[in-house]
Amino acid sequence: MYPVKYHRATSVDEAKAAFTSASEARFLAGGQTLLPTMKQHLAAPSDLIDLRGIPDLAGISADGDGVRVGAMTTHAEVAQSAEVKEAIPVLAHMASTIGDSAVRHLGTMGGSLANNDVAADYPAAVLGLNATVVTDRREIAAEDYFQGLFATALEEGEMIVAVRYPRPERAGYAKQTNPASRYPMVGVLVAKTGGGVRVAVTGTGQDGVFRHQGLEQALSSDWSQGAVDGVEIGEEGLMNDIHASADYRAHLIRVMAKRAVAAS
Amino acid sequence: MSDTGIGARVKRKEDKRFITGKGRYTDDVRVDNQAYAAFVRSPHAHARVNGIDTSAAEGMEGVIAVLNGNQLTGDGIGNLICGWAVSSKDGSPMNMGPWSALATDRVRFVGDAVAVVIAESQALARIAAEAVEVDYEELPAVVQADKALADGAPQVHDNAPGNLIYDWEIGDAAATDAALEGAHHITEMKVVNQRLSPNPMEPRSAVAIFDTAEDHYTLYTTSQNPHLARLVLSAFYNVAPEHKLRVIAPDVGGGFGAKIYIYPEEITCLWASMKTGRSVKWTGDRAESFMTDMHGRDHITTARMGFDADGKITGFKVDTIANFGAYMSLFSSAVPTYLYATLLSGQYDIANIHCNVRAVYTNTVPVDAYRGAGRPEACFLIERMMETAAREMGTDPGELRRKNFIDTFPHETPVIMTYDAGDFSGNLDKAKAAADVAGFAQRRAEAESRGKLRGLGYSCYIEACGIAPSAAVGSLGAGVGLWESAEVRVNPVGTIEVLTGSHSHGQGHETTFAQIVAERFSQPIENVSIVHGDTDKVQFGMGTYGSRSGAVGMSAIVKAMDKVEAKVKKIAAHTLEASEDDIVIEGGVVKVAGTDREMGWHEVGLAAYTGHNLPDGMEPGLKEGAFYDPVNFTFPAGCYIAEVEIDPDTGDCKVVQFTAADDFGTIINPMIVEGQVHGGVAQGIGQAMLERVVYDDDGQLITGSYMDYQMPRAEDVPFLTIEHNTTVCPNNPLGIKGCGEAGAIGAPPAVINAITDAIGDNDIQMPATAQKIWRALKGRQTAMAAE
Amino acid sequence: MTDLTLTVNGKRVTRDVPGETLLSELLRETLRLTGTHVGCDTSQCGACAVHMDGKVVKACTMLAHQAAGTEITTIEGLANGELHPMQKAFNDNHGLQCGFCTPGMIMAGVDMVQRYKAEGKTLDEAAIRHELEGNLCRCTGYHNIVKSIQQAATEM
Repeated sequence: MYPVKYHRATSVDEAKAAFTSASEARFLAGGQTLLPTMKQHLAAPSDLIDLRGIPDLAGISADGDGVRVGAMTTHAEVAQSAEVKEAIPVLAHMASTIGDSAVRHLGTMGGSLANNDVAADYPAAVLGLNATVVTDRREIAAEDYFQGLFATALEEGEMIVAVRYPRPERAGYAKQTNPASRYPMVGVLVAKTGGGVRVAVTGTGQDGVFRHQGLEQALSSDWSQGAVDGVEIGEEGLMNDIHASADYRAHLIRVMAKRAVAAS
Repeated sequence: MSDTGIGARVKRKEDKRFITGKGRYTDDVRVDNQAYAAFVRSPHAHARVNGIDTSAAEGMEGVIAVLNGNQLTGDGIGNLICGWAVSSKDGSPMNMGPWSALATDRVRFVGDAVAVVIAESQALARIAAEAVEVDYEELPAVVQADKALADGAPQVHDNAPGNLIYDWEIGDAAATDAALEGAHHITEMKVVNQRLSPNPMEPRSAVAIFDTAEDHYTLYTTSQNPHLARLVLSAFYNVAPEHKLRVIAPDVGGGFGAKIYIYPEEITCLWASMKTGRSVKWTGDRAESFMTDMHGRDHITTARMGFDADGKITGFKVDTIANFGAYMSLFSSAVPTYLYATLLSGQYDIANIHCNVRAVYTNTVPVDAYRGAGRPEACFLIERMMETAAREMGTDPGELRRKNFIDTFPHETPVIMTYDAGDFSGNLDKAKAAADVAGFAQRRAEAESRGKLRGLGYSCYIEACGIAPSAAVGSLGAGVGLWESAEVRVNPVGTIEVLTGSHSHGQGHETTFAQIVAERFSQPIENVSIVHGDTDKVQFGMGTYGSRSGAVGMSAIVKAMDKVEAKVKKIAAHTLEASEDDIVIEGGVVKVAGTDREMGWHEVGLAAYTGHNLPDGMEPGLKEGAFYDPVNFTFPAGCYIAEVEIDPDTGDCKVVQFTAADDFGTIINPMIVEGQVHGGVAQGIGQAMLERVVYDDDGQLITGSYMDYQMPRAEDVPFLTIEHNTTVCPNNPLGIKGCGEAGAIGAPPAVINAITDAIGDNDIQMPATAQKIWRALKGRQTAMAAE
Repeated sequence: MTDLTLTVNGKRVTRDVPGETLLSELLRETLRLTGTHVGCDTSQCGACAVHMDGKVVKACTMLAHQAAGTEITTIEGLANGELHPMQKAFNDNHGLQCGFCTPGMIMAGVDMVQRYKAEGKTLDEAAIRHELEGNLCRCTGYHNIVKSIQQAATEM
């Protein structure tokens, strides 16, 4: 790894100050994606500002409307949270399937979303459940947050503080993992929400997570696995690599959508 | 059988250090004044090197030296070589292209090293390596073996026109053609045995220490054969004369073939240590493992097998193209010839076999022996052919095999092997019973009720192990003899040290070898220690590969023990005033049979070393050495039956049941032997369903990490059922055949035969990924661009 | 360089290490606890698994400074006078061959048994295989690793 200066921030303000005073700073959450990237010399920040010690970024709270997950909450904490399990079981389930147990002990929701890896699970939850990304500057609707591969609406130095998930009426998530990396290759979250049916697909779009209108329309009128069968699922915009061709991915979207409905 | 003797499931003596974190692997070694190496590697599959500018790197903090290939060859360091000469059928020698540890004028695969940075830390070395500027002139590259043979293909080596290394054959072509002509049924297949990366969990590592006062080198290295490393480094690479070079292979974290070879990194570290006067350490990361560890397999084969009206095989004709990558690795030439084509008779009585092998260069990582080495390729071909033929002819695949089994021994095949013992029908029966083949139809129906497709596949494998009679391999072109050596030292207090030329990198020699010694001398196993892996301690040895440690390594120990026992008996007869013939070693003592006259084992040891009262003319001491040269290969064989279940929605496939019935000859420690089968079968399942090295058309390695190369995980493998059906090997003192590679050889065809049975489509190549299975089920022929 | 204080195998340790130091490097190079191994670059193999405050983490995918103030347990610190039941189970069941993945396997095994016990869940064969997703072994085919963890789960 290239030399890097490590800072441990204890408040949002301290983290922001450290970020501004460094030449090329990156916020560090669990580091489960950033550190491998740095080890391969593919990223070379001058400073890393560790956010895990900031109380404002921690904790899970629930009310009648939904759940607020602090950005530095680990996947293991989300998976085991009684509040999340009660209010949005699909989110707890999804968290329990991210990476492996060691990764879940360190990886965080905020880190995953800030990175917006095409092969991450959480983007499907945020987009599919119509969550709101709360930053130190503003609130960003899910629709506006994801802007392509590894690209988000976050501005330079903007920090995710929490994610607010409204309670869905029902929701399910199913995925086919990349056989080598075990990241999602096709992950589909289906949800019946106050704002209608939403279907978010992760792991497989050339531009990252996306909503599938055809599936949403079909499931709006008939929330059943059978309804999925009639939907046209095209290959356009889907990735094509050694692990899965676009037509296989399109097929898997259908299969995972059905499984997600069954799990909801 | 004693608690610790032959046949006992003795828990491993070596485990304690590993389970407490006290193992000592090469990367754990750190010496005073340690410096670190990082290699500058080609990002291109094929390029001319027009210049190397090291000035920026040399000026960086912590950099001790930046060294290149011209300096290396200027110091007389020799090219890497292939040590097994295989000639073409027209008599011309194989075309071995030059391979310098650091490339001088041309790079031939992504990862080919062109320079090395020696620095005060690994991180500094790696950062400085990026600052070395190499002026590459890119050349067109070729990746696939068949494309390398095509007209106009890029030429990898100037001295190998058409990229052809050799065009070799075995067997009688005319007789085989005639047999096929008259066949009642012919099965014809094209089979690709895909390229794999061995992936021992410990990455390769080397620590080179040059002693300026003595002009002496010490090399700690991740090697399966430290003595061979010393021999080659000394005799061929001119790094140092043998008596000035000590090679230590301490705990080694798995080998699977990849750690047989002497690599550019080891050569370079030794040389750089002399150049800089510093101890130089290099430890590869996993990316370097994928990029530089010798790969395995990579055959493209077309074959025809003829049957008469009774289902008896009449002839077998095989044409194989073997991809050797960019250079000829140490034993590469032997793999698709003497370790592959000579096994093409399988377990079957086939009168006519002919095999042609063309070995070719491509711009990829060199290919050499990987667990099984040639034998998996042979087994996969034969067993896919047999299963396919049975399906085509509408006969039971197990019974078609049985009809063709060799059942009298010795049996000479038309491809120069002489099988010495076996019970192939017995293996099949035992596997069928343990796998409950009779109940399969019911299991399939039950799976169907759950929406799953279930299939069953056989594989009846045979391999040639115990490599190998030195004169025989010498006559076939081997540059070394493949005997083994051992020394048995009984100390004055009666404890025993066994020095062996075999090397354990997971096989449990410290336990298994101690078992035969403890039993022979009737001593507690705790009093026996096995010493290996250090050229300063063990006189010589050929190391561990090709399932040879039992059949060859332990046979050498037995030979040395014979000599020790003879001397013990002489001493005891002298002391106890009895005839040597009446002396027995039992119950922990040396005694006159049938009497109470005895000496403690330690008393014999003490007598030998005090020398106060020895028979006239006897030298003091109790230490004997032996070299054992096998008289034949050994032939482990068995029957594997796999059952898979497939989810037709996704193509996901799981091996739900796997049964092995193996004939390994005498088994010393069943626990350890079963462990070898477990690991081998997992690698076989990996090849069948998960693993493959992928290059793009430009020679860039796509599967360069575990993000893209699928290793078998715990969920990919079921609990295995293992049966033994032992026939003793008649050609070595313990009757051992070997067990290290069987699983990796036998499993792939069993799994693919099960998958093709489940999906009703025989046309699927390894690895049978979920996507391929789904596509086969869909009957869609549109090949993916990326596949 | 920055001062870093943490507890490793019950001993308080303060070292001055650069920000980019990985926890695996601190353990192996600075503290010379070489039982924690590094087998890959991408966080898949798990040979580097250690416990941080009782939970398994991958020491090669963590900065040493991220562990400041925590309690780290490595394979060297697992035995308490006598072998931990998980260590003993690996010996009893031939759960290791070359030994390179073994420290990570043992640390992952201990973590999963503790987690399942705490959550009142049953750690059956399927669960063990699933929980081993982050640990690769090339020697054993996992057969005896699974058996080892099964045995230890009944003894822990």
